[in-house]
Parts: sequence; C-alpha cells; structure tokens
Amino acid sequence: MSSLPKSRPMLLASLDRRSWTFLATLLAAGIIVPVANLAVEPGHAAHLPSYAVALMGKYLTYALLALSVDLIWGYCGILSLGHGAFFALGGYAMGMHLMREIGPRGVYADPVLPDFMVFLNWKELPWFWWGFDMFWFACLMVLLVPGLLAFVFGWFAFRSRVTGVYLSIITQAMTYALMLAFFRNDMGFGGNNGLTDFKDVLGFDLQSDTTRAGLFVFSALALAAGYVVCRVITTSRAGKVLIAVRDAESRTRFLGYRVEHYKLFVFVVSAMMAGLAGALYVPQVGIINPGEFSPANSIEIVIWVAVGGRGTLIGAAVGALTINGLKTVFTSVAPNEWLFALGGIFILVTLFMPRGILGEWDVLKARHAAEKRERIATGLRRMRAAAAEGAHLTSAVEAAE
Amino acid sequence: MTASGTALYLDGVSVTFDGFKAINELSLVLRPGEMRAIIGPNGAGKTTMMDIITGKTRPDRGQVIFDGEVDLTRLDETDIARLGIGRKFQKPTVFETHSVEDNILLALAGKRGVFATLGARLSGDEARRVDRILRLIRLDGRRKEIAGALSHGQKQWLEIGMLLAQNPKVLLVDEPAAGMTDAETMETADLLKEIAGEHTVVVVEHDMEFVRALGVKVTVLHEGSVLAEGSIDHVSADQRVIDVYLGR
Ligand SMILES: Nc1ncnc2c1ncn2[C@@H]1O[C@H](COP(=O)(O)OP(=O)(O)O)[C@@H](O)[C@H]1O
Ligand SMILES: [Mg+2]
Repeated sequence: MSSLPKSRPMLLASLDRRSWTFLATLLAAGIIVPVANLAVEPGHAAHLPSYAVALMGKYLTYALLALSVDLIWGYCGILSLGHGAFFALGGYAMGMHLMREIGPRGVYADPVLPDFMVFLNWKELPWFWWGFDMFWFACLMVLLVPGLLAFVFGWFAFRSRVTGVYLSIITQAMTYALMLAFFRNDMGFGGNNGLTDFKDVLGFDLQSDTTRAGLFVFSALALAAGYVVCRVITTSRAGKVLIAVRDAESRTRFLGYRVEHYKLFVFVVSAMMAGLAGALYVPQVGIINPGEFSPANSIEIVIWVAVGGRGTLIGAAVGALTINGLKTVFTSVAPNEWLFALGGIFILVTLFMPRGILGEWDVLKARHAAEKRERIATGLRRMRAAAAEGAHLTSAVEAAE
Repeated sequence: MTASGTALYLDGVSVTFDGFKAINELSLVLRPGEMRAIIGPNGAGKTTMMDIITGKTRPDRGQVIFDGEVDLTRLDETDIARLGIGRKFQKPTVFETHSVEDNILLALAGKRGVFATLGARLSGDEARRVDRILRLIRLDGRRKEIAGALSHGQKQWLEIGMLLAQNPKVLLVDEPAAGMTDAETMETADLLKEIAGEHTVVVVEHDMEFVRALGVKVTVLHEGSVLAEGSIDHVSADQRVIDVYLGR
C-alpha cells in the first residue's frame, strides 16, 4: 500500500506540506516579532509596540488551547466544554511559582508567604504550595495537575460510557465546580483576586521588553511543539482508531479495540497541552484568577475551533487567532457588544461555513483540482481527435498521390 | 448436552426489554467449523441473539459459552472480540471517513493497545493481507476511496472483508444480502461458503434463495426461541414454520 509510507521516520512522515507552511510561519513570527519590537527604533514604521507583543503572545497560547480541544473533539468526537479548567490549572501552577518568586518583595515583605496568606493571617505555607519555589517543579505540575485531573475524570466518564451531550455537560459542571472552589479564600489560591503582582521569572523582569519577547518566542515554540505532537498522534494508526471511535464507536469495540483507553489517552494529552498553554498565558497577562474557570470561557474555545475548522488542527489555531484578533478590534470600538458579535459569527459560520475556515478552503481546493483534471482530460480528448483527424487526412493525401 | 467441544453454546437464554421477552429460553449449539443459517420473521430476536453473544446485551438468564469453556456473559464487547468472535451488523457499519483499505487495516488481527498502534508501521505482511482481502471482496480498485462513497452492497462486502481481516474463530453475519441484487446475493453466498470450514459461521438471512444456496443446517427462530431446526427442505415443510414465517 503506497499511501502508508514505510521507511520515513514517524515524525517526518506525519508532517505534510501544510504542516511545514504552518511551522515556518510560526518560526518567522518567532523571529520577526521580537526583532520588530526590540531592534527597530520606536517611531519607525516597522516598530512593534510592547503591548502588541504581549497581546500576540497571549493569542498564541489561545491557539495552543484551541489545538488541544481540536485533538479530542475533531479526532475523537469528545466535545469538552470544560477545557478552560485545564488551562486555568496550568496557569495556577505557573502563577504559584511566580508568587513564590516575589519573595520578600511583597507588600508585607514576608520571605515565604504570599501577600494574600499574610492578609488571611496564615502562619505557614500550606502543603500544596511546597516545591513551587522551584521552577522545574512548577513546570512539572503544569503538566501533571491537568493531566491527573483529566485521567481521573476520563477514567470514570469513559468507563461508564458517558458520551455526547452528557459528557459535554459534566465537563461544564467540572469547570464550574472548580471555579466555585477557587473563589473561596480558604482554598489557598488567593480567592477572588487570584494570583498577581508577579515580579520576575527565572530572574528575568516580567515587565521588560526582552522577557516579553522571550515569552512570545516560547509561546510560538510551544504551539509548534503541540502541533507536531497532535500530528504524530493523528497520523499514526492510533489516530486512525481515534477517528474510527469518532465515526462508529461500537464498531470499534467489536473490532477488539478498548475504546475507553484511546479516549483516556487523547484526553490526558489534550489536558496537558491546555495546561501548558495556561502556564505560558499567565506570565504574559500578569494574573490568574478563578474567572478563567468560568464555563463561558470553555464554550468560547469550542467556537474558535468550529470557526477555524474542526478536525484540521491548523484550523483550530487559525480560528483562535482570528476570533481573538476580531475581539481586540471590536472591543476597542464597542466593548459591550462583543458577545453578541461572537454569537453572530458563530451562527453565520455554522450556517454558511459548516466546515469552518480551513475545512471550506479544502473543499474549494478539491473542487478546483477536480475542474483542472476535467479540463486536462477534455483537452487531451480534443488533441487525440485532432491527431486522428490529421492522420486520416495524411493517409487520404498519400492515397491521392 | 454440555458445552465441551462446542464452538458456541447457548442454553436457556432469556432477555426482557421493558417487560417484553425478546429472547425466551433460547438454546443453540454450534460445532467448530460449522456454518448455520438462522431465519425467522422480523422481531424474532435474531439480532438480539447476536447482541447477547457479542456482549452488547446482557441476558437475564441462561448460559452463553464460547469454545467450550469461556463464559461470555461476564465479558464486554472488546474482550469478546479479542477472544475471536466477529460480527457484521444488520445495517452495514464501516468507518465512513476512512479509506477502504484503512477500514481493512484497522480490522486486521494484531495488537490493539494504544501505545502499540501509536508506533505501528505497516509491515509487508500486513500489506499483503490487506491486498488479499481487498481482492477477495472485489474492492481492490476502490481501495483509496473513502468508505462512505461505496454503495450499500459494497459496504456490506467491505464489512465482511473487515470480518475476514479480524480472522475470528466465530463469525456472526447479520443479513449480509440485504439491499443486494440477485447476482450479488449469490456471490455473497459463495463468499460465505469460502469462509466456512476454517471458521464457525452464523448467518442471519431472510432471503430463502440465499439460505438454500448456502446449503447448511437451518434454525428457525420465532418469538425468541427455536421453532424448528434441520435442513432447508425439512424446515420449509414444517407446518409451524409455514404458519409463522413462510406462509405470510
Ligand atoms: N435494545 C432494545 N430495547 C428494547 N427492545 C429491543 C431492543 N433490541 C431489540 N428489541 C426488540 O426485541 C425484538 C427482537 O428484535 P431483533 O432481535 O432486532 O429481531 P430480528 O433481528 O429477528 O428482526 C423486537 O421486538 C425489538 O423491538
Ligand atoms: Mg435483525
């Protein structure tokens, strides 16, 4: 079977031409944006202001988040309406590290306790804050905490065969419950206000332009890495099984595949990607609070994916960037009407572009290619007819001579 | 009669849906390598019987034993499929967005775990098995097309091909000739006869010509239990069978 390459390494085999275009675009952005911000003088036409760098960095983390949702929804049919929770947990894990990094520079100047704990009259650091003074530990938690929650949640949900709308509803309930929990002061995560007033990360000042540019570059790299991971998974044979589960779950079981294991695997990978996105988001926006768990956030992610094109990966990123770009423009003009505009976009896309931006693009391209083949075929037929005619004439002339 | 030495052994199986007895004290025994045709009016419980054997439906009562010793009522669909029981659904069920060849590839007997398939490469042996099955089910020329583009009859064949790829010990085939032309129906009968011998096969079918062409022992199901059993001529001469099924 020629469609399944045998000799090339899996990583390379998983990347098609469009993948390379996407990765090259990210690479270019990762170079041009910092250069335009740091190396080009302010006032010059090509200068990129620092707020724009932070804004675009934030968008890239949203794109990674959208990618994580597309991996499970587009390829395995798991519609999570609670993925904001994994994003927020990754964000909190990073936020906790940034809080510990403040050290004695807080308002109360306590060398160990973050300000909000001093304010609550706490005497010592709760056990779940231990270790977060170490960057590597925080990074580990960024992946492990969302991954573990996804594992436990998925274990019960997939084993009891909760699917479709019911699964979507319990993912909403999960993020809602977490939001309520994180709002409480005695949870130990800063309650209502969340975690903020960060100073630096690994000794780099979070307010400085170079740090922001660095965070932008890391966000681009994380998006690229997340994309490659998704491609490797979805183009592998396991990826074919995921699509089989999406299209005919019970058929897949009757072939002897343990469907719940596949779902669990992809759900955990997706949650970790969302956690990583959250961890990169927090230092760029400077705050994480329980609002990130709000159910509306999770629904918005799904809209990004639907608009960009479910099941195309790049479409998810494109959708996140497009919608958030529009949001930024729109909210500067009419800040209160954005939700109506978002709803409108979603309805219009659902009605007129049900496959999303990238999906519709593919349909157009396929149609174009079919027309081209048709034109070539007609041309060939005409040429053959003309050649036959010519041969006929030649022989007639020869006969006459 | 005991289960030992049988391929499939059902005894006193009953299942009730909301008070309605879909299967009622059903008993059925298949020898290894045997092919059996099951006929019966709509709603007789033929599909439900397959659901019970493959773990989709739990019986309220009765024994369901595979290979003389394995109690199937304690296992789920995946376990039962891995033991070597494959089924073709009444409504052809293939992976519509996958290519025809990928449908066969996914069904091919082999490792089923997440990490095994994540790193799986197409081996030469697998490619040959896929080729052989595609030729057998005559979909060789359409291997790259998505399965959703196939006709109803071709989907039936693809699903039979997937069953073959799975290489199970027992095949349960639910109405394989539904929606086929007469010629296709006869080809399907030939295909199933080819499969028999190596495998134990249960075929549910309405088409009497088809059942006659198979030329195997027939079990007539009615209201969830066995009404008659024997050769096609024997059962079609049975007055009760004529009354409930053939005479209508
Ligand atoms: N899951 C189910 N829930 C309720 N009733 C069912 C279910 N499955 C089958 N039945 C009923 O059981 C009876 C037998 O159905 P079935 O096995 O599909 O018959 P057959 O395949 O012989 O036509 C029918 O009356 C059907 O409506
Ligand atoms: Mg039926």
